[in-house]
Amino acid sequence: MKGILGRKVGMTQIFTEDGKAIAVTVIEAGPCTVVQKRTPEKDGYSALQLGFMEKNKAEHKFPKPLLGHFKKAGIKPTRWLKEVKFDNVDEYNVGDKITVEIFKPGEKVDITGKSKGRGFAGYHKRHGFGGGRRSHGSDFHEGPGSIGACADPGRVHKGKRMAGHYGNETVTVKNLEIVDVIPEKNLILVKGAVPGHKGGLVIVKGK
Amino acid sequence: MLGGLDALMRSVQEKYMRNDIPEFRPGDTVRVYVKVKEGDKERIQAFEGVVIRKRGGGTDATFTVRKVSYGIGIERTFPLHAPVIEKIEVLKRGIVRRARLYYLRERKGKAARIKEKKEWMTTK
Repeated sequence: MKGILGRKVGMTQIFTEDGKAIAVTVIEAGPCTVVQKRTPEKDGYSALQLGFMEKNKAEHKFPKPLLGHFKKAGIKPTRWLKEVKFDNVDEYNVGDKITVEIFKPGEKVDITGKSKGRGFAGYHKRHGFGGGRRSHGSDFHEGPGSIGACADPGRVHKGKRMAGHYGNETVTVKNLEIVDVIPEKNLILVKGAVPGHKGGLVIVKGK
Repeated sequence: MLGGLDALMRSVQEKYMRNDIPEFRPGDTVRVYVKVKEGDKERIQAFEGVVIRKRGGGTDATFTVRKVSYGIGIERTFPLHAPVIEKIEVLKRGIVRRARLYYLRERKGKAARIKEKKEWMTTK
């Protein structure tokens, strides 16, 4: 297992060698710095804590404990700090850089991001309810329909799909194919869509 | 902070864009050489007509060519940077006053002509 932190640049369309147009998401990933190591002996699992995008903020503006944590690793504080599972933690040291070159075109990756927040969304947007007919004498247009039975059970079942807060949650998309890796610009191109808005943090996890 | 994201995106698109495409505009007459796959054989087919629309930017750009074949109007939309396009030849430059020449669809014969831009009309 391996992984890298990145931010979503956006989507575009490119052509493959056999002439097909495919939709890709561009991710600016890394270089990430190893801030801390998690080893099986000490922590019971193996992972690397990665920092992504150094911040040029005055030191006193950071919380002191966080600043101390970065100082221990000997690096500048970063905008994002996240743990990613790695199999071969022994090969890395604190302060090492992890770049997009850990991935190759053709590989399959899982990508985690935070989906776009939709606020308080209705049935249609949140659960894909269809509603009723617009015309032909229909009296039922936008509503959710029946939400339950009568005196038995006499209540609405838990988990009934209703309007409510939608989006802004962690979403993982699995098995996306890496189409291209551009090491000079720290870019990864993956086939298909990735959760979140432009500029949002995404975690690219390899097999 | 979205600083630099658009520039990054442009750099990606530039990698996949073709730079052998000639400049042409709506109203111009072009011949598009398209690679056609038949079984395992590949041959080149030409499609000649008037450009009635160009849209989009980057790798997403497309253009539409209209021709009248045996009295039936045919329009084909090609992605500008598609590898299936062998080459594009600009045959005539036209004088038109709009970017979308949809009005040609309602015209036929003499009415559907486009005035040609002669070499001496182009300012250097």
